[in-house]
Amino acid sequence: MTDTAQLLSLRGVSKRFGPVQALADVTLDIPPGKVTALIGDNGAGKSSLIKTVSGLWPQDNGQILWEGKEVHLGGPRDAERLGITTIYQDLALCDNLDIVQNMFLGHEPLRRGVLDEASMEKTAAKTLQDLSVKTVKSIRQPVASLSGGQRQSVAVAKAVMSNAKLVIMDEPTAALGVAQTGMVLDLIKTLAGRGVAVMVVSHNLVDVFQVADRIAVMYLGHCVVQGPATDFDRQSAVEWMTTGSMSKAAA
Amino acid sequence: MSATDKPAIQDTPDTALSDEELALVAPEVMAHSVGDYFRAWGARIRNGESGALPVIAGLVAICVFFELERSTFLHANNLVNLFVQATIFILFGAAETFVLLLSEIDLSAGFGAGVGAFTMLELNAAPVNFPWWLAIIGGLVVMMLIGALQGALVAFLGLPSFIVTLGGYLGLTGVMLELASIDKTAVGGVINANGTIANLYNSHISPTADWILAVVCVAGFAAVSLLRHRSRVAQGLTTAPLGVTVIAIVGVTVIAIVLTLIFNSNQGTAITAIRGMPYLVPMTLVVVVIAGLFMNKTRMGRYIYAVGNSPEAARRAGINVKLVIIVGFMLTGLVAGFAGLDYASTQGSMSTDFNGGQSVLFAVAAAVIGGTSLFGGRGKISNALLGGLVVAVVFNGLGLMGVSAAVQDIVTAVVLIIAVTLDALVRRRATTR
Repeated sequence: MTDTAQLLSLRGVSKRFGPVQALADVTLDIPPGKVTALIGDNGAGKSSLIKTVSGLWPQDNGQILWEGKEVHLGGPRDAERLGITTIYQDLALCDNLDIVQNMFLGHEPLRRGVLDEASMEKTAAKTLQDLSVKTVKSIRQPVASLSGGQRQSVAVAKAVMSNAKLVIMDEPTAALGVAQTGMVLDLIKTLAGRGVAVMVVSHNLVDVFQVADRIAVMYLGHCVVQGPATDFDRQSAVEWMTTGSMSKAAA
Repeated sequence: MSATDKPAIQDTPDTALSDEELALVAPEVMAHSVGDYFRAWGARIRNGESGALPVIAGLVAICVFFELERSTFLHANNLVNLFVQATIFILFGAAETFVLLLSEIDLSAGFGAGVGAFTMLELNAAPVNFPWWLAIIGGLVVMMLIGALQGALVAFLGLPSFIVTLGGYLGLTGVMLELASIDKTAVGGVINANGTIANLYNSHISPTADWILAVVCVAGFAAVSLLRHRSRVAQGLTTAPLGVTVIAIVGVTVIAIVLTLIFNSNQGTAITAIRGMPYLVPMTLVVVVIAGLFMNKTRMGRYIYAVGNSPEAARRAGINVKLVIIVGFMLTGLVAGFAGLDYASTQGSMSTDFNGGQSVLFAVAAAVIGGTSLFGGRGKISNALLGGLVVAVVFNGLGLMGVSAAVQDIVTAVVLIIAVTLDALVRRRATTR
């Protein structure tokens, strides 16, 4: 393992549900400012790993280190306080509220006891601008009128505004068209460029190789390999995902 | 021009918007000019996202029909009656809007209002003899407690509000009968409204005061809109074109003048003239305006919209969803309490004959006809103004025509079904788009 300052490190993390070993002795490093792709077949433990890191399922064994210090993630609030934001596939946006309202939902600033719309709108506009989100026509559009990629952008902007240090994205490009996918991948790169650690969980190897700096492969609850994306090609990634090992010939 | 309107996304190519985009977005968001604004409006109507316009059109059509049938319909005398009749439907509709926005329903609001009104009258009468304002507050507190109890059952036990409030409907009917029978002043289940509570209906604001009130309202509205417009433009925020703001101010001015003229005309006889606005009318307007501001300007108001659309998204945003649901039911109770007060004042008494079942149906009708969705998250408190007026016009007009109560109910039911159908159709269009 490269031991340059990691943002998040998992050391021998295990999680068991009755007879099912969801995570077995997982060791994984997430550096800041880099996109780490977590790939693996169905049931490999990707979702379990996300849920552990976001505090929903505290681990049974092992250590979680945040900026080098051991932390206990007993609930989603613990993860949030550290600066871990998870964007699930459903994005958790309210269709009937506009972009600004969604970005500030639950954290609205008040001025003289009432909602401070002006400052919300300015901050939201600035955040979207910083993320180079240019396709939305107006930030007062209801989210219902946005495309899939634009919704993803709003969810990411929401995470950025909460000063997230680690953004975990679950299948961010699933169900998106080509142009929309490109837009989301650009957004992920911009996010990493701002020093945020991004963990992308994806099935789509084309997208993964476009955006990832590092790749980690899960297989039957184990993290079988991790390393710079340049160490992998599509064939080797598929082999790691399906067999959990690497035949000498291909390596 | 757009560059100053929307500095946030300056580099957006300023291409014309498609009809579909116009349809989905509030016109003031996208429009750069008055022309754009009306184009956006047109697109929204074609796509079924019409807002208030069809309701207004329907209202005008019904009014024309009744005026043709009975020329007394548009007489000032009858119109004043109609507005007073409408206040109770408006208040009930506004009350029901809170829970409808949460995607819940409160079937107990009618008999709840009965309990609240009985409480007010009994606190105001011997032996308690509270002053009128304390009696009213007492009744409103009872209403909020009823709402809190039902809201807690819905929020904590996850019970469907339909069942919880159906229980409330039956239970509160009993409570109302019990309240009437334990009180010795309530002869035959009837307790009279006295003093200020009765005078809300009986007394009128003087014509001079009417004009002052109208001027204050219009000036206040104009000042707030123009200052808001100027400050938003100065800060470079999304702003409706100035022309639209001016049109809104002109509209409010016209409505205020027409209403004041109607209320200031003689509603009595040539010998004993009655002029002015019954206090119930400004009371209703104040309740609706405060409730509307609460929904637009406070966190809790916004959370009610969020929870109504997606409880899961609200929960993940750190919102206490259970609390929001309980507060929603409490607000429904509170505003329904004003409806109960309105009823007691109009009748001059509370009687166990009070039909809370019908009241709650009109509450839902007023909200839904006004455009509030039964499916949560969509609608406004102010929708109840239009919805309540429609219900009142139907009742008043059919009454003038001498139609039986049975037919009145049937016609109101038809109007309600049409409104709900429109709501469902709009929703289907929105989801299949």
